[in-house]
Amino acid sequence: MNPFSGYLTELGHGLVTTVELTVVTTIAALLLGVVVATLRICPVPLLRTVGLVYVEVLQNLPLLALLVLFVFALPQLGITFPLFTSAAIVIAAYEGAYFAEAIRAGINTVGVGQAEAARAIGLTFSQSLRYVILPQAFRAVIQPMGNISIALLMNTSLAAAVGVVELTQTANNVNLVEAQPLLIFTGAGLAYMLLALLIGLVTGRLERRLAIVR
Amino acid sequence: MTGTPSADLRAADHPAAPMVAVRGLQKWFGTNHVLRDVDLTVATGEVVVVIGPSGSGKSTLCRCLNRLEVAGAGSIEIDGRPLPAEGRDLARLRADVGMVFQSFNLFGHRTVLENVTLGPTKVRKVPRAQARAEARVLLDRVGIADKADAYPAQLSGGQQQRAAIARALAMRPKVMLFDEPTSALDPEMVNEVLDVMVSLAADGMTMIVVTHEMGFARRAADRVVFMDDGRIVESAGPEEFFAAPRSERARDFLSKILQH
Repeated sequence: MNPFSGYLTELGHGLVTTVELTVVTTIAALLLGVVVATLRICPVPLLRTVGLVYVEVLQNLPLLALLVLFVFALPQLGITFPLFTSAAIVIAAYEGAYFAEAIRAGINTVGVGQAEAARAIGLTFSQSLRYVILPQAFRAVIQPMGNISIALLMNTSLAAAVGVVELTQTANNVNLVEAQPLLIFTGAGLAYMLLALLIGLVTGRLERRLAIVR
Repeated sequence: MTGTPSADLRAADHPAAPMVAVRGLQKWFGTNHVLRDVDLTVATGEVVVVIGPSGSGKSTLCRCLNRLEVAGAGSIEIDGRPLPAEGRDLARLRADVGMVFQSFNLFGHRTVLENVTLGPTKVRKVPRAQARAEARVLLDRVGIADKADAYPAQLSGGQQQRAAIARALAMRPKVMLFDEPTSALDPEMVNEVLDVMVSLAADGMTMIVVTHEMGFARRAADRVVFMDDGRIVESAGPEEFFAAPRSERARDFLSKILQH
């Protein structure tokens, strides 16, 4: 009997966990990115500073260090989350900073005249953002946001270091028993690659479908 | 009845109260003093055309009126109420003040119809179906009913500017500001926009128009205001202004632009 068929289910579970972690985290990071990007351009100076500090702190620390800090240091303060939740929170917070910068770049591509026209018909700051600025900003940065999502997918493998049994951790576990690193890690790598290609495909589709008529 | 006039009677309800009242307006860009003590009163239904050389402050004056530029000093009242500071009150006031830009500034990701309905549905909370019906009437009025479902980039400049006028009109503004509405247009498209503006003026809309179109000033203006170096130099009826400008600066300006 093929020694790996028994492990396929296990690897399948790992893959599902990776996909779940990626999907949940991408959604959370996107929402966070919108909030932080909004802070960075809002009219209140204090809030702009908050946005700036957030981005600078999160972008200038290694993700692994943040994960370790969150998972091992917070319990000392009496705060504990399930491992999956912890990993999702940290990765979302980290990637949220990158999404925020991409979205801000998108906002900068929208001409100042658009914001003026939005204000001139009586839209409030948040309405202008929601109906005029962000819809155009997003369209301009779909591709970079796709890239961030792919980086996020790859970064979920760091969750293995804090005990989340996702694809990389599962592959590692299987390899400890079977000692077939070439086969097992190549297989895991191919799975990541397929997922990344899928994200790229969706990104390309979105970009073409949502393109603004020019 | 006591003889004391009440303050709120004076403001919005009095028919003779001006629609726009600007007093002592000052504006600096850095050390550049672009508006110097500008006073301007525009009556309800009046069409005021503001002309003057580049850099004379006429666009800045226009943009101060709905606070796209914040004045350094002085007061601005629209329909008897002082211009509010940033916030919801300002948004509410801007809904009453239509603005048409030199570069159209139509929302590129929305169709022409959606451009026109956005304000009414989100600001005035008009039901969608009603807003769309009213928008179609307005687009018909500016002569681009067939472009309702097109995107701005698919329209000519003249059509875009007419769409922008429809977008402003959809808010049922009390006053319309035009900031060089034809300056970005090919010459052949200027008239289609001016025609719409002339018909608006004929319908009694209060209008402040910054422009270089002297023909429009002659046809539609109740008053011509000539600005130079941040000041209002002259203010007169169009006949009088074009026939016999009082100031040397206005004579010089007119001789330069009317020669050809």
